[in-house]
Amino acid sequence: MSRFRIAVHITPRRGILDPQGKTVADALHTLGFSTVRDVHVGRHVIVEVDAGTADSATALTREMCEKLLANPVTEDYEIASVEGA
Amino acid sequence: MRFGIVTFPGSNCDYDAYQAVVETIGEEAVYLWHKDHDLKQSDVIILPGGFSYGDYLRAGAIARFSPVMQDVIAFAKRGGPVLAICNGFQIACEAGLLPGALLRNASLKYICEFVRIRVESNDTTFTNRYAVGDIMRVPIAHGDGRYTADDETLNRLEGDGRVVFRYAGGPADADEWWSPNGAMRAIAGIVNETGNVLGMMPHPERAVDSLLGSDDGLRVFESMLARIGV
Repeated sequence: MSRFRIAVHITPRRGILDPQGKTVADALHTLGFSTVRDVHVGRHVIVEVDAGTADSATALTREMCEKLLANPVTEDYEIASVEGA
Repeated sequence: MRFGIVTFPGSNCDYDAYQAVVETIGEEAVYLWHKDHDLKQSDVIILPGGFSYGDYLRAGAIARFSPVMQDVIAFAKRGGPVLAICNGFQIACEAGLLPGALLRNASLKYICEFVRIRVESNDTTFTNRYAVGDIMRVPIAHGDGRYTADDETLNRLEGDGRVVFRYAGGPADADEWWSPNGAMRAIAGIVNETGNVLGMMPHPERAVDSLLGSDDGLRVFESMLARIGV
């Protein structure tokens, strides 16, 4: 068993109204970042888990996303990185 | 008839629900602790409002896995009546008892005020004492009440007559859809396919006496008594 540190990005699904992202985009425009086209605000979750291999740690994290970390109705998730911890 | 009211860490409308049951329709109410696997032989379960588990991760996401919820889910799947109010509605969606999800209000603001809702269906366990089109004045108090589902789900809900309450406009245009939180199709409350689980963001239990500003929610409890009364 080794310990892995896995980072997960969870974002509102495309097409679903994201008022927080829109508000941040508006603020960026106000600050002069006129080329900003879209902003989405989500969550960044770091899970440390003991597993035999990086693949099994990733598979386990996917299962956590499906069951709890992300809401399959409104959110998408992406495993951003897997590192030995 | 016994109402079981679940108390999660962070529930804050459990006592309101208790009072609504005991003082207005004179039935028995018991509290159900979130860590117990014991529904105390309740005839109806109420999932009350509040901020279970601090709304961590997503409103209702953690409560859905608490021990008592496994029994509530089994109870609901057997056809047992469940009234899920506010945070309870969020928990019921997370638990898959109801379709869709409740997202952050479109205004990004917590809203605490009386609103008007329209009864869209009275062919339910929870609304049989109302007439379709009745306008109720009831409070809402939530930060995450924007009902969201895909078009297919919304069409099915409407087609099956499962949209029970919609937010209604001001006095002059009570039939107009208007949503304080950005809910899709102004949906304020829905029932599941078998009609035994009602989820609603407004608080009928806080509108059971004119001293509270309105008694328009009273008939939700009277409806349950009329339909389930044992």
